[in-house]
Amino acid sequence: MKTFNISHRTKSGLEVLDLQGELDAHTASQLEDALKNLIHNNKSNIIVNFRELDYIASAGLGVFMAYIEDVRSTGGDIKLTNMNDKVYNVFDLLGFPTLYDILQDEMQAIEKFLDEEG
Amino acid sequence: MAKLETYKKTVGASTENLSAIREFVAGHALAHGFDENKVADIRLAVDEACTNIIKHAYGNDPTENLEITIEIDDEKFMIYLVDRGEGFDVKTYQKPNLKKQIEQRKRGGMGVHLMVNLMDEVTYQVKNNMNVLCMCKNRN
Repeated sequence: MKTFNISHRTKSGLEVLDLQGELDAHTASQLEDALKNLIHNNKSNIIVNFRELDYIASAGLGVFMAYIEDVRSTGGDIKLTNMNDKVYNVFDLLGFPTLYDILQDEMQAIEKFLDEEG
Repeated sequence: MAKLETYKKTVGASTENLSAIREFVAGHALAHGFDENKVADIRLAVDEACTNIIKHAYGNDPTENLEITIEIDDEKFMIYLVDRGEGFDVKTYQKPNLKKQIEQRKRGGMGVHLMVNLMDEVTYQVKNNMNVLCMCKNRN
């Protein structure tokens, strides 16, 4: 069975979640717990790095749908980076690129957060 | 007449079986020469359909069974998903409004949209009190 892992670090004062493996209806609760934990601790500038994520189903995207408004209402955002083409295609099919910042890499996300603060 | 090959798998209605289902369909699609992009489409569409059956038709009851049958010939890859839970006619689905759902902190409704966009044909019918969802991906 393929696994899913999520780990948390900070970079330039921002919260970074690194996703690895396959995110589906079974593993989405792990992402949900990690996001809820950050929000609960008033951490609202969040980068989610997809570099090691091989696969995503709509249950994974649903987690971002459920929490983005909570994060934005406190002045923060969830920015998504380093997606492979297949993963990006799923976000694209569901119309995410017009409503979410989906960026090439963490550096772009950090710059965007700094611009928004300024 | 084109040679037809059939494969069958039955799993309990639990999301922990989703990765095994994905490997089952993707493995056969690859072995029969479907290109990588079509295999990815089939893998995701079947995952979404099975997720809906497990969650909505069976309410995450792992004692219930989900039956997956694949038929492959020279022209197409067909998947039949059979369950005896609460039915859902794919024709009644409406395209989700992402902006509105985000505002209302709602998720869901995305799976069927993916299924109909990723596959060439998606049909639903009730046969002998069983729900039969059929999805087709053309080879060319």
